[in-house]
Amino acid sequence: MSNFEIVTREDYSDVTYMLEIRHPVMAKAARAGQFVIVMEHEHGERIPLTLADFDPDEGTITLVIQAVGKTTREMQQNCQVGTSLYAVVGPMGIPSLIGKRKKVLCVGGGLGVAPVYPQARAYARSGAYVIGVLGFRNRNVMFWEDKFRAVCNELIVCTDDGSAGIKGLVTKGMEQALAAHADIDEALAIGPPIMMKACAEVTRPRKIHTIVSLNPVMVDGTGMCGGCRVKIGDGIKFACVDGPDFDAHTVDFDDLMARLGRYRPAEQEALKKWEEGCRIGSAAPKNGERY
Amino acid sequence: MPEQDPLVRAKNFKEVALGYTLENALLEADRCLQCADEPCVRGCPVGIDIPAFIQKIAEKHYHGAYDVITDTNLLPAVCGRVCPQENQCEGVCTVGDTLAPVAIGRLERFVGDMAIREGWVNLPHIEPSGYRVGIVGSGPAGMACAADMAKAGCEVIVYEAFHEPGGVLKYGIPDFRLPNAVIDVEIDKLRKLGVKFECNTLVGRLFTIEQMITEMGFHAVFIGTGAGYPSFMGIPGESLNGVLSANELLTRCNLMRARDFPNFDTPMQPGRRVAVIGAGNTAMDALRVSLRLGAEKVYCVYRRGKAEAPARVEEIHHAGEEGVEFHWLTSPLEVLGDDQKRVRGMRCQKMELGEPDASGRRRPVPVPGSDFEFECDSVVYAIGTNANPILGQTAKLKLNKRGYIETDENLATSIAGVYAGGDIVTGAATVIEAMGAGRKAARAMKAWLGLRDTDVVYAPEAPHVGRRFGFAPDEHGYARVRLG
Repeated sequence: MSNFEIVTREDYSDVTYMLEIRHPVMAKAARAGQFVIVMEHEHGERIPLTLADFDPDEGTITLVIQAVGKTTREMQQNCQVGTSLYAVVGPMGIPSLIGKRKKVLCVGGGLGVAPVYPQARAYARSGAYVIGVLGFRNRNVMFWEDKFRAVCNELIVCTDDGSAGIKGLVTKGMEQALAAHADIDEALAIGPPIMMKACAEVTRPRKIHTIVSLNPVMVDGTGMCGGCRVKIGDGIKFACVDGPDFDAHTVDFDDLMARLGRYRPAEQEALKKWEEGCRIGSAAPKNGERY
Repeated sequence: MPEQDPLVRAKNFKEVALGYTLENALLEADRCLQCADEPCVRGCPVGIDIPAFIQKIAEKHYHGAYDVITDTNLLPAVCGRVCPQENQCEGVCTVGDTLAPVAIGRLERFVGDMAIREGWVNLPHIEPSGYRVGIVGSGPAGMACAADMAKAGCEVIVYEAFHEPGGVLKYGIPDFRLPNAVIDVEIDKLRKLGVKFECNTLVGRLFTIEQMITEMGFHAVFIGTGAGYPSFMGIPGESLNGVLSANELLTRCNLMRARDFPNFDTPMQPGRRVAVIGAGNTAMDALRVSLRLGAEKVYCVYRRGKAEAPARVEEIHHAGEEGVEFHWLTSPLEVLGDDQKRVRGMRCQKMELGEPDASGRRRPVPVPGSDFEFECDSVVYAIGTNANPILGQTAKLKLNKRGYIETDENLATSIAGVYAGGDIVTGAATVIEAMGAGRKAARAMKAWLGLRDTDVVYAPEAPHVGRRFGFAPDEHGYARVRLG
């Protein structure tokens, strides 16, 4: 497999962008909850990204990416319609187990909003009553509200500043939904680890089965390096092949957060160097071109 | 064999062993006794006709030596470097009874390197058989199987999950032991045989083994995915930052080229004081890579003694020369962390050797009250791997209790037409053993497909006795019937 062409791109904010990539085989094989590993160019790093959507008829997969580090910012600049990524491998991980649930709470925060979508859709198709809770910083960075409305029976939007929906974090939206529905029998939360940790604490006293999707640092994504190991209960699991979905009430989030930061000094160095390169050159470095 | 000076090479990723010169090779070839009973051939997992190729070197007929090796082994430049010859051909060499054994591995590498330099490729005449063979994993087992099936006229596609083919040869074994350029030449040879490589393909998840047979038109499939699921010990402190598997360290450094960060984007965390747990070949690689990444102190921590260490003698010797400190009979109890959840040291205990255990090696027993701590900022686990679960999760393959794929004596799995070999069947082993398994599976696959055994070597100078109607008696006239 090679030549992974970008067929659509949309920018949702100055840091969030969506890429639709042609990969007919993966579009057919992908299931809710799975992820891919992407390399932008030959010198690039391998970054795991949860699938935000896949369309077997169009033969495309969709990724929603937040430009935070060197690689994702470089991709923001270089990944235009008609260009190709050097490597896209997947679908990886065990697909989400969408059982027969009556009422499900699907919570997505920030970048976690996009990967919640395929699971919300899968729950809807399984016949469950789906309540979506989406959290954004403010109204300007919101995306996919219409897509969620199409698969959710109810949708609660939360913003930090109250510019759309209710003012507050997703946990406030969850409390609101839980107060209105006593019969929610499953919850799903995807977002930054600190958010997922808070969501787990909301459902824990109510004993609602809660799933989180973990995205630790990975290299190969096939179980070979062990970089993505996470503490689940008393044991160690590899998020790439044993997950990425885990029971939220057994995840050691503090451990996850500490391990996510382990390459931060190097990551910051790379970003700084890249930004300098952007300022010095008249244009930013293109695919594969080095500073 | 000439080598780079230990203190110089510990700072670079260039090859340690520089290889034989012509004079070295001729002198060494002359030491071979050409024994009639050929113990070395039996000692070789793929059965290279060792006396014959050494004889060719002695006759200065180097291309002839290459021909002899490539009858049975596709990758002399690789095997000459990474085979544990001391336990195989050289271990049983008759000369070795009294003197140093003939350096068969070095001679093999000499021939392999010369072939690369001179651009020799032995391409057999290939008659298309009409069969399609899928191979999962492009490491040594997959490469060996692919070569044999391609020579038998099959259309061969090799699937690799990484973005480059080569498997453990690329991500695991560092450049100073096996340069990536050597592997690329060998992969190119396979391409010349007609083998296609499809990278970025995770079999099991993108499509299943069953789909390969039922939907994708493969008549046979070989699984050579390797073991690849690194073990940890389960002691406190393993999730601290600075603790990683040797696989992660080596993959970042070798395949992803983190050693050239930030010109390559993959970061790593080079330790100043690195402790590597384990004393196998992977541990030696991790130790020596750490030195080259600039560590000031590199410790090898192993619970048994030097004699029990599974690494090749040569590797331990090289590592010691380069400045690795060995702590034999030392078992880790805990990785110690600071308030930032970073590694700050290790607590270990001393061991002594007791009675032999199931592996025949003397079992290490703790010495009471011998706990001690030392400082380090990076801990690398090189204590082996478990079975990778992906194919077990996605195919109805019969697995054994430890999760490895179960096969019969011909390496056939529980699914008809699907064969498996290498680490995913046996657990972690060596490159040449994986290649041997790939070839063994290829023989079984050819028999299953009804293809004539193309392993039979037709020496051009063989006397034409016993020919019937112009055919050699070992060239059977099979009639193949294909259904559908």
